[in-house]
Amino acid sequence: MYKSSILKSKIFTLLRICAVFLTLTAFSIPAFSQEEHAEHAEGAEKKFEPSEVILEHIADSHSLHLWGETSLPLPVVLYTDKGLEVFSSAHFEHGHADYTGKYYTYRLINDKVNIVGENNTVAESSSIIKWNSNLTDLSITRNVVSMWMSIAFLLIIFFSVSSAYKKRQGKAPKGLQSFIEPLILFVRDDIARPNIGYKYQRYMPLLLTVFFFIWINNLIGLVPFFPGGANLTGNIAVTLVLSVITLIVVNLNGNKHYWKHIFIPADVPVWIWPLWWVIELVGIISRPFALMIRLFANITAGHIIVLSLISLIFVFKSVGIAPVSVAFVVFMDVLELLVAALQAFIFTLLTALFIGTAIEEHHH
Amino acid sequence: MNPLVTPDIGLVFWTTVSFLVLFFLLAKFAWKPIMGALDERERFIEDALSKAEAAKEEMSRLTNENEVLIKQARLERDAILAEAKKVKDQIIADAKDAAHKEGARQIELARIDIHNQKAIAMADVKNQVAALSLEIAEKVLRKQFEDQGKQDALVADLLKEVKL
Repeated sequence: MYKSSILKSKIFTLLRICAVFLTLTAFSIPAFSQEEHAEHAEGAEKKFEPSEVILEHIADSHSLHLWGETSLPLPVVLYTDKGLEVFSSAHFEHGHADYTGKYYTYRLINDKVNIVGENNTVAESSSIIKWNSNLTDLSITRNVVSMWMSIAFLLIIFFSVSSAYKKRQGKAPKGLQSFIEPLILFVRDDIARPNIGYKYQRYMPLLLTVFFFIWINNLIGLVPFFPGGANLTGNIAVTLVLSVITLIVVNLNGNKHYWKHIFIPADVPVWIWPLWWVIELVGIISRPFALMIRLFANITAGHIIVLSLISLIFVFKSVGIAPVSVAFVVFMDVLELLVAALQAFIFTLLTALFIGTAIEEHHH
Repeated sequence: MNPLVTPDIGLVFWTTVSFLVLFFLLAKFAWKPIMGALDERERFIEDALSKAEAAKEEMSRLTNENEVLIKQARLERDAILAEAKKVKDQIIADAKDAAHKEGARQIELARIDIHNQKAIAMADVKNQVAALSLEIAEKVLRKQFEDQGKQDALVADLLKEVKL
């Protein structure tokens, strides 16, 4: 009882901190509006397009927006067929200027780097749809910076907690340690053990890393200004990597029962086997695929709703709508706090479940 | 394709690298010691609990033993008391018996003594009476036979009675 009350008070403190962030959300609105005014000033006739603004905020970027019109240019790292090219994104002047590097001339279109060829032809950088051997963009984007900050944050938290365990060996947890410990125990006792079974220990590092990585990044994503402002876990590239890791771990650890079930299913006529293999392959792929889409869609949807609500103020061009918008945004942000933890939990839970089914011992 | 659902290769690359670095750093320097410490503490707690349980059992065993001992001691005490009571009764009975017998013997002795004394006394009295009667008879006879004539008459009577 005592422990749980401590936990409650800790969660309460966390909520309070988050509440402070939420209050600050309101203060970030002027910045947002300033930005809009700047745009208005440039193209006087330009109409406010909420979808553009929202997409710009959700997508990745080559600069880190700090406040107002101030943004931090980030390094552009380009892997070209002639070699590596590194320069500051400030050279693009937010897409208004081309930059001629050592090998090619580059242009920023929709925050993507393109090669400008002769006669002003433009070649896009490599994407998963179309590979361009001339140009692959490996820039340190807003999301990468945000991710590195979250990683630094995670390392600081868990190294200090780990050293607390060393210093206070055999004693009751204290401070940050007592906040983190129930979470670790939650991952172990409610996620790993029930789904994986007695071999859970082997997978704990992965599950804990995934859980805390997603959760922290979900939370940082909710902060509307530096160090937040990025939409890391709502970016499909990130969720893709996480789910591919799940895919690899699950299938590398699959035991002979798992593979036997896939390739020589019992009680299935041999002539159906090819069809069975196709279905199983789809199953193998679709489970991590669902993980990828679920996390991406949940987080992105939350961001879109919050941004839409804020956009209402600019769509109606009225400050009168602001209190309503802010009230709804606060409500959404609180909901997103829940979603942040929930999605981290679900991703970890399903990863544990998939691992569990792959290493399950069958007794026929 | 919508840029939202098109993974950027750059971000995929950096996420993979960063996540793996994070994973290995945390696994080595955070999860391993933390999980180790948690397991150790749980083992310690379990150990302590099982020890406490064992101690409790030992305690109840000792209590049981004590109770048995107390019960036994009580029984023994009762037995000893009963024995003592019996012995006491026996002694009292014996003493009574002995006293009774002694009393009877004393009384008997006293009776015999009394009897003897009485007999002696009686004998004495008889002797006294005999002596007294002889003295009286002598005195009577002396008085009667102061006269010679009467002596002769008596002799004569006596002689008459004697028949040869």
